Amino acid sequence: MDTTHDKLKVYVVDDEPGICLGIGAILRDFTFKDKASLTPVEFEIFMYNDGESMLSSLETSVPDILLLDCKLPGISGLEMLEGPLGGRTDILTIMITAYATIETAIRATKLGAYDFLAKPFTPDELRYTIRKAVTHIMLTRQARKLEEEKRKIRFEFISILAHELKSPINAVDGYLDLMQNRILGDDLSSYIDIIKKSSDRIDGMRKMIGDLLDLTRIESGQKKRVVEETDLIDLVKNSVESNTLAAQSRNISFDLEIPEKLIIPADTGEMQIILNNLVSNAVKYNRDSGRVKICIAWDESDKLLISVQDTGIGMTAEESARLFNEFTRIKNAKTRLIPGSGLGLSIVKKIAMLYGGDVSCESEPDRGSTFRVKLDVVKVQ
Amino acid sequence: MNYNEMKVLLVDDDPDFIEQQKALLNAIGFQVVCASGETEAARILNTFKPDLAVLDLMMEKMDGGFVLAYQIKKMYPETPIIMTTAVTNITGMEFDATTKEERSWIKADVILPKPVRFEQLKGEINRLFSRS
Repeated sequence: MDTTHDKLKVYVVDDEPGICLGIGAILRDFTFKDKASLTPVEFEIFMYNDGESMLSSLETSVPDILLLDCKLPGISGLEMLEGPLGGRTDILTIMITAYATIETAIRATKLGAYDFLAKPFTPDELRYTIRKAVTHIMLTRQARKLEEEKRKIRFEFISILAHELKSPINAVDGYLDLMQNRILGDDLSSYIDIIKKSSDRIDGMRKMIGDLLDLTRIESGQKKRVVEETDLIDLVKNSVESNTLAAQSRNISFDLEIPEKLIIPADTGEMQIILNNLVSNAVKYNRDSGRVKICIAWDESDKLLISVQDTGIGMTAEESARLFNEFTRIKNAKTRLIPGSGLGLSIVKKIAMLYGGDVSCESEPDRGSTFRVKLDVVKVQ
Repeated sequence: MNYNEMKVLLVDDDPDFIEQQKALLNAIGFQVVCASGETEAARILNTFKPDLAVLDLMMEKMDGGFVLAYQIKKMYPETPIIMTTAVTNITGMEFDATTKEERSWIKADVILPKPVRFEQLKGEINRLFSRS
């Protein structure tokens, strides 16, 4: 196939040889480029003197555009639309008529014809009609392609989701099987550890479902966003507080480089989600006795910069490149025991983009990572 | 059958499954050596010959278990291999090791769905060792 040109097949069915030849001559050298298609469109013309021969050719090849005369010696154009061509959405039909009456027009349109060309027509009229038809075909093709891509992405997402939701159920299921078969003996206290592990997996699953709801709400635009004056500093303190227990148990300290007050117009819930995700990651992926440094400041182009730096396990460049996709968890010996839904950072990214911003990451294995969220918001105070 | 003198190599990247399967294998009578991924397992394989290997399929790599099974069969052809997996048709991958042809390219003797049930694991192990 020609890769630099899209070729559309045009069938002309008319019992007047002059019309067929005329159309052929006009379209053969006609190249058309519209806004919807990336490549110019050329035409390949096939001519038929009656409906029957065109219909029998459909078995081997199908036209993109059909220029169809109403009056034909055998089966008429309208009869073809009624019968053998009825419901063919893959063929775009343009009726050619000598005596264009409103009635014929309405009937043909009802039967699925896309447009009309009244005889006699000028080359410009023909080109105009064809141009309209091509734009229609290209737009339909594009819409179909987008729809297909969307379906594929959705299917992939659901497949992974199903797998991710199944693993905690399987883990708990396995522990129940251990208990049922009294693998650790009859003493209930021997099972305390696995009961704790079971509830950890259930907690993880609950967290994942919560993240998933956040994600779909943000993506669908269903969530009512309330943009109001929000003090980020309060939210930073909330995030630090909710992670204090986890941090203390591993002797991790916080270091805050933030102004006393920083008010921006934003949805409080969304800002809290960003901070919670970044701060809890910085604790989770830190080393014992490590540090978490949180900075908030305006950069030179007046964008708000939130950065959270840890002194933890870090990542290779290859790992951090994959980081912001859904359900991405970096799997290695260092992350094996750290729970996570694999959704947090993709949520952070989606929210940041709602504020005309983005999120980036700088990381070095065994030295730590710095996550930077940039938001395009105005300074209120 | 008495498995007391036998050593199992158990490889899984999920600490919960390691814990569970270790307990099950201990209860059946085996001594268990654990690895959390194919890289660690490959290192351990150089130090001893397992009497049985129980491997997860998807670990560091999507097909880590397959590759590891192949390595084990090459080093120790007589070591039976049980592959455990939570992969089903929903993830677009489906396979089995019931026919001879399937076993010839999947270097596992048995494939068990996760979570592994005590009775099923015991049954398959008894079958594997009475066959050989």
